[in-house]
Formats: sequence, C-alpha cells, structure tokens
Amino acid sequence: MRRLSFHPCGNFKESYAQEITIFETDFGRFWLLAGLVLLFCVLPFVSSPYFLYVCNMIGIAAIAALGLNILIGYTGLISLGHGAFFGVGAYAAAILATRLGLPFWVCVPAAGFVTALTGMVFGIPSGRLKGLYLTIATLAGQFIIEYILVHWESLTQGTMGIVLPEATLFGLVIDGDRPFFYVIFVCLVLVTWMTKNIMRTRFGRAFIAIRDNDRAAEGMGIPIFPYKLLSFGISSFYAGFAGAIWAFYMISITSEPFTLGLSVEYIAMVIIGGLGSIPGAIFGAIFITGLNEILRWLTDIFMSMGMASGFGLNMASLRELAFGLAIVLFILFEPKGLAEIWRIVRSNFRLWPFSY
Amino acid sequence: MDFFIQLLVNGLSIGLLYGLSAMGFVMIFKSSSVLNFAHGELLAMGAFLFLVLTTWAGLPVYLAFLITLAGSFVLGFAVERLFLRPLIGESLIFVIMLTVGLASIFKGILLFFFGGNLHTYPEFLPAGLGLQFGNVFVPPVYVASSFIGIVFLVLFGLFFKFSSQGIFMRSVADNQTAALSLGVHVKKVFALSWAIAAMVAGMSGIVLGVINGINVHEISAIGLKVFPVVILGGLDSIGGAIIGGIIIGLLETFTCGYISPSLRDVVPYAVLVCILLIKPYGLFGLVDIERV
Repeated sequence: MRRLSFHPCGNFKESYAQEITIFETDFGRFWLLAGLVLLFCVLPFVSSPYFLYVCNMIGIAAIAALGLNILIGYTGLISLGHGAFFGVGAYAAAILATRLGLPFWVCVPAAGFVTALTGMVFGIPSGRLKGLYLTIATLAGQFIIEYILVHWESLTQGTMGIVLPEATLFGLVIDGDRPFFYVIFVCLVLVTWMTKNIMRTRFGRAFIAIRDNDRAAEGMGIPIFPYKLLSFGISSFYAGFAGAIWAFYMISITSEPFTLGLSVEYIAMVIIGGLGSIPGAIFGAIFITGLNEILRWLTDIFMSMGMASGFGLNMASLRELAFGLAIVLFILFEPKGLAEIWRIVRSNFRLWPFSY
Repeated sequence: MDFFIQLLVNGLSIGLLYGLSAMGFVMIFKSSSVLNFAHGELLAMGAFLFLVLTTWAGLPVYLAFLITLAGSFVLGFAVERLFLRPLIGESLIFVIMLTVGLASIFKGILLFFFGGNLHTYPEFLPAGLGLQFGNVFVPPVYVASSFIGIVFLVLFGLFFKFSSQGIFMRSVADNQTAALSLGVHVKKVFALSWAIAAMVAGMSGIVLGVINGINVHEISAIGLKVFPVVILGGLDSIGGAIIGGIIIGLLETFTCGYISPSLRDVVPYAVLVCILLIKPYGLFGLVDIERV
C-alpha cells in the first residue's frame, strides 16, 4: 500500500499532472466518500418528506448552477437567460414525453440537447459582442423565450400547462420524494464529476483563457467564437437537464416560473457560492434554496402572529428584500463567495494551532 | 387614418416617457459605465415619494415635486457612496449583480410599505391642457409630460455643454485616466452623476405615475424596457435615449394596434437583438466597441 498523502507545507508540485489532480490529499478522497455514503445511505432514511423535498430542489438547482458557473465563472460570459433555458428544458421534456411518448431516461438528456441547441442560438451574439452588450443580448433572449413559451400554444399549451406522464426507469416507477432523491443526486454527482473533468481538459483551459484575456487567448490559437458557443451549449445543456428532471418531479408545468427572477436567482447562486468554483455552485444552490425555504417559514410565523394585516407584510416583500441584501452583502464583503469562506475555514483547521 | 394618427400620438408620448426614463440610465452609464438594473426601482422610489408627499402629507404639488427631486438626489448620492464606490475597478458581473441586488432591496421595501396594488395621485393637472387636433385628442398628461421631457432635455443639454461640472462629467466619460490626471475629481463626478440620474429618474417616475397610476411591478418593468431604448439610441448618448425611446414607443403602439397586442412586450427585445448584431453601438453611440 502506498503512503497516504497529506497537504505539503508549501508548493512542491513538479508536473502538470500534479497541478490538475482532483484530490490533493487522501483526506479529500476519504471525506468525499464518507459524504457520499452519508448522502445516499443515511439522509433519505432519516429526513422528513419536507426536508427531502428541499434537498431535491437543492439538487436540481445545483445542476443548473453548475452549468451557469461554467459560463460565468469559467468563460466569463454573463448570461441573464439561464432561467429561460431551464424552462426550455422543462418544456422539451414535457413535449417529448407527452407527444412522442419517450421514456424518462431518453427525455431528460434529449431535453438537455434541445436546450443546448437553443442556448447556442442565443449565444451567437457572443461572436461579436462581449461584456455588458452580451449581457443585454441574453436579457433579450430571456424575454423572447418567455414569450415563445407562453404564446406558442400549439406546442406548449400556453398558460394551461402540460401534465407529464409518470417517470419510469428500468421498469421501476419513480414517484414521490425518495426515488427522485436518488435520481437527482446520482445525476448531480455525475454532472459534478463531468464538470470537474471538463475543466481539466483543453476545453476547460480554453474557457479560462478566454475569461482571463480573450485577445491573448486568440493570439495563442484558441478559436474564440466556437469555444464561446460551446460554453453556451454546455451551460444550457445543464440547465435543460435540470429543467427536465424538475418537470418530471413537479408532474405538471406552466410557463410561470421561468422568469427573469429565476435567471437572477441562478446568478445569485453562482456569485454567493463563488465564481469559478465547482463546490461553490453547490454551496450557492444550498444557500439560495435554503434562504427561500427559511423565508417561507418566517412568513408563515408572521402570518400566524397576525402582524400581516398591519404592515401588508407578505412573502414577496420579505423575500425580495432578503434576497437583495444577500447578494449585495456578499458582493461587498466576500466577493469570492462561500467557497472562499469554506477554504479559509479548512485552512484554519489545517494550520491550527500555528495559523497566522 | 384617424386610427393611425391616434396610434402615432400615443406612440410618440409613450416613447417620450421611455426616453425620459432612459435619460438617467444613460447618464449613469456615460460617466461610470455601470449598467444599472435598479433603474426601474429608482423611478418607483421617486413616484412613491411623491405619492406620500401629496396624499399623506398633503403638501401642495409644486413643493412635493421639489422635495421629491431633492430626495431622489440624496438617494442617488447615497447609493453611489455606499454600494457602488467599493466596487470601482471590480469586474462587470459584480457591478451588474450589485445593481440587481439593489433593485431587489428597493422593490422589497416598496412592496413592504405600499403592497402590489395600484395607487393614483390626486388630480392636479388643469383639464384645459389637453390638445385637440381634428378628431385626435391628446390628453393633458401627455402634453405635460412632453413639456417636462423637453424642458429637462434642454436643461441637461445646457448643463453638459456649459457648466464646469457637466464638462467634468463628459471628460470622465470620455477618458477616465486622462480626466483624473488633469485634476478632475473622478469619484465626485460618479457621485454627482448618480445623484442627478436618480433625480431625473424620480421625475420620470412621477410622470409615469400621473399617466398610468403607480404600481411597483409595472414601474420596475419599465426599468427593463429601458435596455432596448438605450441600445437603439446608443448607450452613451442622452439625445439618443430620447430618439430611441420614441422609436421603441412607436414600434410598440403600432405592433399593438396593427398586428397583435400580445407581441407588444417582446418586439422591443427582438429589435434589441437585431441592433446588437448589426450596429451594437446604436444610432448615436460612440463607436468604440471592441470586436472580439
């Protein structure tokens, strides 16, 4: 048996292989394994149905946020249309399942590919635009997709919505929170693994090069436009994938949730979690989804105390306020997000008692 | 034919409102290159401040108007000082998301105090202000808003052309480093431009409120309508904002009248994408966009 590796007390890397290794120490490997065992073998059996539902929402949001992080955090392209892409995925899955009668395991990836195509179409402006002009172009994309979802009635049934058939996988019916928990989190683990590996390949390095300096990247022979489109495609694939699972989980969908607000929520996840960090996207998903649930709970308490009538206190105002505050405070005081806080906490433990 | 002219008049007046709303936006962008997603909320803040002063405090209209302008000025100043100044030199995504967060905060505060219902101002415009051209009637509010819009446009034109602060602001917009080295107090210019922009926004908010009534959601939606307007007119051109506003307003009303009312809200954004692809710097914007 080889010797266990621990954190060195300096940077002693000798090759690129060491630089891009996933687990720097055996501790990381161990904790990840322990975490996965806890996630799959303990959590679904000890938690209440409500908590499981929240976990599922976090898992779905995390998949979409990982996708957005590839686009914003790694490639440096800001997209305000991620919520709409999520909706495209949900509708694509619903239409494929109801019109063509495709099974669950075909629908979800197919919806991902449909969304990836849509994302690449709306990524075309990135060929000429960057920075805030591109942001505005994706904002327009958000509104156009929203409009199409509502008004292309022959396909999306407009405001009536679509009811999805039951999801089955390998002959098993997936319904209720616990089976979906397994589907969602297996997908999340796969997607995280995929993202980590995309970022270790030439594609990931090209994305990062484009983010850091697009002219230098072009000078080094990276074809910028195809890579930007690819980044849009991958990121939308994740959004569509998450949207498709969400559609099956929710059973019936309408065009209502896929607004600019949802897009902003995803960006908030990426920023609060930490730009350009894979655990960050997951932390962000936990934070924002958790915040939503806590606020809902708080509102219920206020309502039952009878304060509601006096102030006109409602869910919307409290939610907006807390959400905005969270974004603003994180940007002002910890722009690197929860991932940075996590790193500081870990390094404190590692360096204890000689931290400086 | 009457239908056409009525649409034309409506489109022109709505367009002028868009232009008026976009003016403050352009001012912020021009001096500090911040894309302000909280602009709709700044409009709403002004509108609601005016509502509080006129209906709850019962002040006369002209006094309420002046206090609203002053209040918006202070609000803009505070926003720049507290939130935007720490972010000077940070990357675009943080600045954009900060304004998105601010928009949420403002909206939350307004919803908390006023709820999502429609409020209206007491009637204060003289009825004789309306104009009648043949069969076409222009309501007094539109006449008043056009008047206010033109007055402010001229005032700002003069301010930027001749006053020293205006010249400082233009110099910062043109080249920040050069302005700094020539002794322009760049941070002061940022603060001032936010304050003035918030003031213009407050004024536009009042005009919007007089015409449509005030509702938090509707006014903040106007803040997003500003994007097609400013891109069409050119992100850094104040006159362009007005022209862009009028074009978008006409486009909206004609689509609504001749094609389909439901298309109304999406056409500006479709136009926006086309302009971005063909002429990203807009009609009157400065042509120095970077090609990738």
